[in-house]
Amino acid sequence: MLFLDQPLEFTRVEGGDALAYTARADFEAFGEFALAAYESGRRLVALWGGDERDAETPGIAVCAAFDLPEGLACVKLVCPVEDAVFPDLSGFFPAADRMQRAVRDLVGAAPRGGDLRPWLRHANWPADYFPLRSDAPEARFDTANENYEFVRVGGDGVHEIAVGPIHAGIIEPGHFRFSVMGESVLRLEERLGWKHKGIERRFSGMSLADGLKLAGRVSGDSTVAYAWAYSQAAEMICGVTAPPRAAWLRALFLERERVANHLGDLGYLGNDVALSFGLMQFMRIKEDWLRLNARLFGHRFMMDKIVPGGVTVDLDDAGVAEVVEQCRTTERDVHRLKDVYEEHAGLQDRFLTTGRVTPELAKRLGAVGVAARASGQCVDLRADHPVSPYDRVKPVVAMEERGDVAARALVRFAEIDESLRLIRALVDGLPQGGVWNAARSEPGKRGFGWVEGWRGDVFVALETGADGKIRRCHPRDPSWMNWPLLEHAIIDNIVPDFPLINKSFNLSYAGPDL
Amino acid sequence: MFSILRQILHDGVLTEAPPEIDPELQAAKRRLSDEIARRFRRSLFIREIDAGSCNGCELEIHALGIPYYNVEAMGIKFTASPRHADLLLVTGPVAKNMEVAVKRAYDATPEPKLVVATGDCGCTGGIFGESYACCGRVSNVIPVDVSIPGCPPTPLRLIQGILAAVGGSGDRDQESGIR
Ligand code: SF4
Repeated sequence: MLFLDQPLEFTRVEGGDALAYTARADFEAFGEFALAAYESGRRLVALWGGDERDAETPGIAVCAAFDLPEGLACVKLVCPVEDAVFPDLSGFFPAADRMQRAVRDLVGAAPRGGDLRPWLRHANWPADYFPLRSDAPEARFDTANENYEFVRVGGDGVHEIAVGPIHAGIIEPGHFRFSVMGESVLRLEERLGWKHKGIERRFSGMSLADGLKLAGRVSGDSTVAYAWAYSQAAEMICGVTAPPRAAWLRALFLERERVANHLGDLGYLGNDVALSFGLMQFMRIKEDWLRLNARLFGHRFMMDKIVPGGVTVDLDDAGVAEVVEQCRTTERDVHRLKDVYEEHAGLQDRFLTTGRVTPELAKRLGAVGVAARASGQCVDLRADHPVSPYDRVKPVVAMEERGDVAARALVRFAEIDESLRLIRALVDGLPQGGVWNAARSEPGKRGFGWVEGWRGDVFVALETGADGKIRRCHPRDPSWMNWPLLEHAIIDNIVPDFPLINKSFNLSYAGPDL
Repeated sequence: MFSILRQILHDGVLTEAPPEIDPELQAAKRRLSDEIARRFRRSLFIREIDAGSCNGCELEIHALGIPYYNVEAMGIKFTASPRHADLLLVTGPVAKNMEVAVKRAYDATPEPKLVVATGDCGCTGGIFGESYACCGRVSNVIPVDVSIPGCPPTPLRLIQGILAAVGGSGDRDQESGIR
């Protein structure tokens, strides 16, 4: 099968319910396919590397996945270990920049001509230690002080503000370097990777069942999305599908995760403009959702409830009634709070025109998720590539054009409404039957998972080795794509608006730091 | 303004609505307030440090501030600087890249200080363990007074763990024994 008129022969990955195709390419074809994808307006989904020196075509593999109308297309380039280079895609897919640097840090393949600064490596392990190479020994290294090359902004009156890694609030660590003139931000450069824990190396050698737990802890606020994406990939490998009832319950969990997180974000957005009333109100409702999760499903965040083959909990009629009743009260309360937000002049003044990302910029940077939809990009896997049950309940994609903090808040309000509708439809149409099919790992297989989490699309690439254990797992958080957006959104805004703008994206640090 | 007031009046004071709250939690809260009053003259400043968590533990720490749990009413305040802190609430295994920052935050906290390792990761390194990139449990990097297991620990367990630290004998690295 050919895509984008490129001479690459794709084959469909069998098993599972998502559509994924793979192809091999040499150096030139890899770059040309990526360029063709860009030129036809498609998105780069992920870029990752692996050690395949023991495979039929031995070498260091670099894979890129693209979002095509037909489904997910994954192109693999295998390069020799002594000359491990791959084409630099960051010229047309800007989000590739940090992924390429991560590939270099972890497997030692470098983008030809691209940015070669380390990303995940903060000088705390040697430059010639590549943790994802199969012959990299278990090792401990001394910590070192990194001298990172930030891009400097010169000129009279320009000064730098350095923030982090530990921030003032209860939030994840990261470093922001602002170049400022007076109060206005001229440039922001992010330095992330502080939470890098070696997750991808940790995956290797795990059973599919253990891997599920790790996948669900890449970014705890999106544990459902990760568990589902991972399970999709694992099901492709095992050649099973989840029973219909399990698929519908998965969507129920995913929409509940979306509502809970959006509620929290709307509360914190109010708080950041000194409306702590909003925080207390939204967090109260969120807490009710978490408590009902705990009561019905046994965990406040529904961790480990989606597993390869299905789900581990069922929902009875009494539970359905509680879910429906909660939708009713939440809808009522959220509508009231939306009116309060809309009529609050102080809040609107801070929200409107702040942290703007134009639709052109969002498209150019390959934005995903809430942030993309607030800047006029109609991207939502639930509508673009619907798997069961989204093909039946048909989500309506929430969109705004303005791309400011207000737009990102409005998208969240609209998505809460839509998720409440979906939840009602899901429990209403819940098919009868079992919730789990046995899934046995198969050796030497690949699988992909791709799920629209509350923040954006979560992607998982999974491979098993000859022993049926995980050989390679690459989970790609949507925040990889959206962190560069924040760097642009802050330009010409004032420093004190940064926390608000940052919150309106609410990106993950743990997810991309891996 | 009117709609804000109406909503506040409509909800009332949720913190004291007994059916909403676990009786166990009420008891833990009262004991915690008494301990804080006795040892810290009604005020305990906590600096939360994410040393490499999955962010799940942070979600539950956020919940401590909401009306149901309302730890601020007990005298607990989350502070922006370790220099103002009585207690460091540390989540996650300590990522190698965070090791120096965590040690510096610990050194910047004035004595006497308490350290509470939070979540399975903080207690043992959890699912992430130790590796080239991960130092494992918090006590591998700084001295720990109390550990609160759970993945993530619920707000109730967090309150109980803080209570154990505040009321504790000060023995380093004692498991709080809450499960
Ligand atoms: S204990 Fe669990 S929730 Fe907390 S950081 Fe570790 S994995 Fe995440």
